[in-house]
Amino acid sequence: MSEAAKKPVKLSKKDFESDQDVRWCPGCGDYAILATVQRTLAHLGCKRESTVFVSGIGCSSRFPYYMNTYGFHSIHGRAPAVATGLKVTRPDLDVWVITGDGDGLSIGGNHLIHALRRNVDLKILLFNNQIYGLTKGQYSPTSAVGTRAASTPNGSIDHPLNPLSIAIAAGATFLARVVDTDAKLMATILERAYKHKGAVFIELLQNCPVFNDGIWEEVQDDPEGKQIKLVDGQPLRFGPGGSRGVRMRADLEVELVEVGDGPGQCPESHLLVHKERGAKAYAQLIAGMMHPQFPMPVGILHIEDKPTYEAMAAAQVRDAIAKSGPGDLEKLLYSGMTWEVGADGVKA
Amino acid sequence: MSTRDSQLDTKLERVVIRFAGDSGDGMQLTGTEFTKAAAEAGNDIATFPDFPAEIRAPAGSLAGVSGFQLHFSSTEIYTPGDAPDVLVVMNPASLKTNIKDLIELGTLIVNSGTFVDANLTKAGYKTNPLEDGSLDKYKVHTVDISHLTMTALDGSPLSNKEKGRAKNFFALGLVFWMYGREPENEIRRIVQQFAKKPDLGDANVKVFKAGYHYGETAEVFQTVYKVPAAKFTPGVYRNITGGEALSLGLLTGAHLAGKPLFYSGYPITPASTILHTLAKYKNFGCMTFQAEDEIAAIGAALGAAYGGSIAVTASSGPGIALKGEGIGLGIMTELPLVIVNVQRGGPSTGLPTKTEQSDLFQAVFGRNGEAPVPVIACKTPGDSFYCAVEAMRVAVKYMVPVILLSDGYLANGSEPWPLPDLRALKPIPTGHRTDPEGYFVYQRNPETLGRAWVVPGTPGLEHRIGGIEKDSLTGNISYDPENHQRQTKIRAEKIQRVTQEFGEIDLRGDDEGDVLVVGWGGTYGALRAATEALRHQGKKVSHVHLRWLSPIEPGLDRLVRRFRQVLVAELNMGQLLTILRARYALDAVGLNKVMGQPFKVKEVVDAIDGLLGGRAASAGDVEITAATGAMV
Repeated sequence: MSEAAKKPVKLSKKDFESDQDVRWCPGCGDYAILATVQRTLAHLGCKRESTVFVSGIGCSSRFPYYMNTYGFHSIHGRAPAVATGLKVTRPDLDVWVITGDGDGLSIGGNHLIHALRRNVDLKILLFNNQIYGLTKGQYSPTSAVGTRAASTPNGSIDHPLNPLSIAIAAGATFLARVVDTDAKLMATILERAYKHKGAVFIELLQNCPVFNDGIWEEVQDDPEGKQIKLVDGQPLRFGPGGSRGVRMRADLEVELVEVGDGPGQCPESHLLVHKERGAKAYAQLIAGMMHPQFPMPVGILHIEDKPTYEAMAAAQVRDAIAKSGPGDLEKLLYSGMTWEVGADGVKA
Repeated sequence: MSTRDSQLDTKLERVVIRFAGDSGDGMQLTGTEFTKAAAEAGNDIATFPDFPAEIRAPAGSLAGVSGFQLHFSSTEIYTPGDAPDVLVVMNPASLKTNIKDLIELGTLIVNSGTFVDANLTKAGYKTNPLEDGSLDKYKVHTVDISHLTMTALDGSPLSNKEKGRAKNFFALGLVFWMYGREPENEIRRIVQQFAKKPDLGDANVKVFKAGYHYGETAEVFQTVYKVPAAKFTPGVYRNITGGEALSLGLLTGAHLAGKPLFYSGYPITPASTILHTLAKYKNFGCMTFQAEDEIAAIGAALGAAYGGSIAVTASSGPGIALKGEGIGLGIMTELPLVIVNVQRGGPSTGLPTKTEQSDLFQAVFGRNGEAPVPVIACKTPGDSFYCAVEAMRVAVKYMVPVILLSDGYLANGSEPWPLPDLRALKPIPTGHRTDPEGYFVYQRNPETLGRAWVVPGTPGLEHRIGGIEKDSLTGNISYDPENHQRQTKIRAEKIQRVTQEFGEIDLRGDDEGDVLVVGWGGTYGALRAATEALRHQGKKVSHVHLRWLSPIEPGLDRLVRRFRQVLVAELNMGQLLTILRARYALDAVGLNKVMGQPFKVKEVVDAIDGLLGGRAASAGDVEITAATGAMV
């Protein structure tokens, strides 16, 4: 084992699988995500020893146990805080955060927004299945109004949060969304996310076969009609052969249109054009396009470059050392008003 | 030395002086500066700043009164003094709230310029106490400090408001003269402190001198009181507050471990001082993280500890409550961490700026599940340094979160502190295991029961930790009943093993006698002073101070059985008392006080005397409680 670790060998997906039995329910969307993450890390040539998965509590938060990397299964909602402490003190590590809609947006909402606003270089994967699974099926902060669940037999009455809208507002510098079964797009996003320096937020539309089965089924099964694949520099198009598109009206509402030059159609040049490094207002606009009213934008919504928290924190330490010299504890202790008491026991 | 008629000098052994005024009157500064002068003169000192939670309560109100008490002495002292011999008050409200503490025939210096109708009404005076004879039992000196300050600043470019703010320096100058302090040193300090605002600096110096000269020329103060230098153990000293000493201790602990310090906290009174202090020491590699809340603060500290840093988080009671689950995670994952609680009055928001020892149960028991941790408590401002180092040593050696208890009284109070010899402090070894051969997550050091501190980045040792119960060897998730029992016992046994680190039990007096006073934390000074006083009278009283509250010092068991009576004195309603009774089935009584104030020596003396005389004594508002810890 130690010999193998010394040699720079190309790792495979298998190398990232731990020896623990995966205990998610059969058919859980988490399996596909786990496999894609393991495959992508191998593909990227990540080192197992330099990779840490930090999670909170919930079904998705068992994820670290199945990765043959370092892992910290923390407490409910607090993974971004634990990961922040780790990344700030150990910027050499690749730190991933696994969370869910309950863990990340309800009990841990505060930590999530603050990790994002600080732009800590964390890769945060939020598994959104719109339900609490591990506690046996209560509605979650992303559940649609009217969700009938264990705790809401008459239907939920509170309005759902939109994870990407929150993340954009909080200041995430890399935002993306993907369906759990779309391994190809997920791998592309994960690769780009890995290379991004800063706070990454990826919403994974994940199916819970036991408590909320099929919640994303339409989106998943009809990628052409119900998903808008975001491609940098390309107009927002969807539908059979890209026959439909998204336009912004004068009143700043988005509108779905037939693309073409005929009567009642909208010319392609009038469609919104996706820019990964575009305006935040645009990213917020398309993040707001939610199923079932709209086809859901998937892919990379927004990227921007900002200094990371850990880099700035390290710079402050470096600057302080450059300015005042490396700390001299003896000198510090003896600083301020000191006096000496001589052998006679009286102040000199 | 300035020239004066030495025939008027009177020598005093010790003086307790209190400055009291409005929150905006600068009484904390006056007290701090006068403390420096006492330190310069070689006195032993103890201070007690006492201020309201509001930054600026309405001017002149009772709620806005801020005080600073200084005890300076030519002999060794343990406390800031029970009652002031001298009281300086800047307005009617501060007279009203402080006069009851002044000793009979004590000296009262009053800024008479503020005793106008509006202020008298705000303080609830129907008649002017300076005129109605109610202060007859004190030596009253009325000085119109407000007016004299303005006069001294005639022609200054400052606004009237700014001029008025300098009046605390008049009071300072006056007491400098009264106690024969060296004015030049203070003038130098003022100039230095206001180097960036020379106008203010000049004004303060002028007013300070005016106060000093007033003392010299006004015939009302005929005597200069001198408190000669005290005897100290030879060495280099500085005056230090508990908050500073604790911060320096944390920094030193990390230094002894050869690692950077990671400190995370959320602003809270009275713990914020630690965050402010450490934030200045970035050139020591110290990283401070102001988290979004208390839970994030401990979360980030755990993350940093997991990554191999020396991690610390601090708060006060309400914040520690929020950190409870995080402490549990640290216990379960067996990561080294120091959690500081600078205690204040509770419950809930309680008394944010006042002292109390009522978080002992919280520290020892306050988590879900069987979750013991080592708990250590500072006894004096200077001792906070050593407790911080010790807490860190135990955390790293035993791979466990350690709770370090301070309190508002210790954190804000100050004393002369013999500077430590860094070379005499033992290093804190932090070997991180790198050998993958035969590694298991919960393999333990047979001496400490600590697991190996393996940090991410180590090839071949990839593993997972977390809050779910784990197999006692492999660290894999385990719901096995026997395993949980085994792990629970190991976690408890590990804490017991910390007794290996304990030195001699801190006992003053004989190891048998009539009354054993048991205390912990910041009451140390009052309890020791009371014990000394009674022993001086030939009474068979001893005092044992508990540095560790968990685990309990093993020597205590035998000791408590060799006294006829055991008095557990603490600033809560009997928390240590309850613990000791549960542990030893001990028929002890408690001396309990929750008034936001430290014990007075007299209260403790009276209580012990009461026990000696067979009476269940009660000293005023301080309760001797029944053995159960309930109020009687």
